Amino acid sequence: MNDDTLSATFQAVADPTRRTILARLARGEATVQELANPLPMSQPAVSKHLKVLQRAGLIERRREAQRIWCRLRANPLREVAVWATEFQQYWDESFERLDELLKKERDARR
Amino acid sequence: MKVSQSISKPALITTPNDTEIHIVRTFEAPRDLVFRAYTDAKLLSQWMGPRKYKMTIEQMDVRPGGRWHFTHIDTDGTKYGFHGEFREILRPERIVQTWNFEGMPGESLQTALFQEHNGRTTVTSIVKFERKEHRDGMLASNMEWGLNEGYDRLDELLRTTH
Repeated sequence: MNDDTLSATFQAVADPTRRTILARLARGEATVQELANPLPMSQPAVSKHLKVLQRAGLIERRREAQRIWCRLRANPLREVAVWATEFQQYWDESFERLDELLKKERDARR
Repeated sequence: MKVSQSISKPALITTPNDTEIHIVRTFEAPRDLVFRAYTDAKLLSQWMGPRKYKMTIEQMDVRPGGRWHFTHIDTDGTKYGFHGEFREILRPERIVQTWNFEGMPGESLQTALFQEHNGRTTVTSIVKFERKEHRDGMLASNMEWGLNEGYDRLDELLRTTH
């Protein structure tokens, strides 16, 4: 896995506003205006967040007529999700094996 | 798959502050034994990591300043390397060590605390990341996405979006 890609993804999703934007885009394409409306900040501030997301490869922007449309590119998130899910699984499965080992060791001493 | 006598329960994973993850799990064994399972290479290699991985321990120098290094090998031959340094060893109460997952961003510092009560041992692992975004990125995907959007939907999304 590419270190820089993962770091950029982490940085992008570390901000709650950007997560809100991603969650909205998960339901489908939206214009910058539509994304900015429910957020408690100016449109230029929202545009800055969109730039971070675009740099991280998490969204695509395209211009149509007078509007800028954004859509989600979820592939980089897959890497983060895989790592996160594996973190819990890693420890749960390890601990189950440790349960078995401890039982074996304890029984051996009896 | 599971041994019938094993007490299967998920580890409790929480985030009490900006840069840490706490992992708490209780084992049906006295503290000395659990501590040994964490520090004796022969025992450690029998439980650390998913079942399907083969584990090799290249280095396990359990003393302050000592290095550790192990590798998980997947069934397809893919290797996952981990390494770090022991910072503190207080037998059988505490292990402090740095932790690097080779190929992943950020070194973490892991403190494992062993507490015994009525013959059972609770291990609390405090994993401290260097940067908030290293920890947050992970949790953002795992917990917040999961809770707010529904994991199934995210799965679907990840499958269908390219």
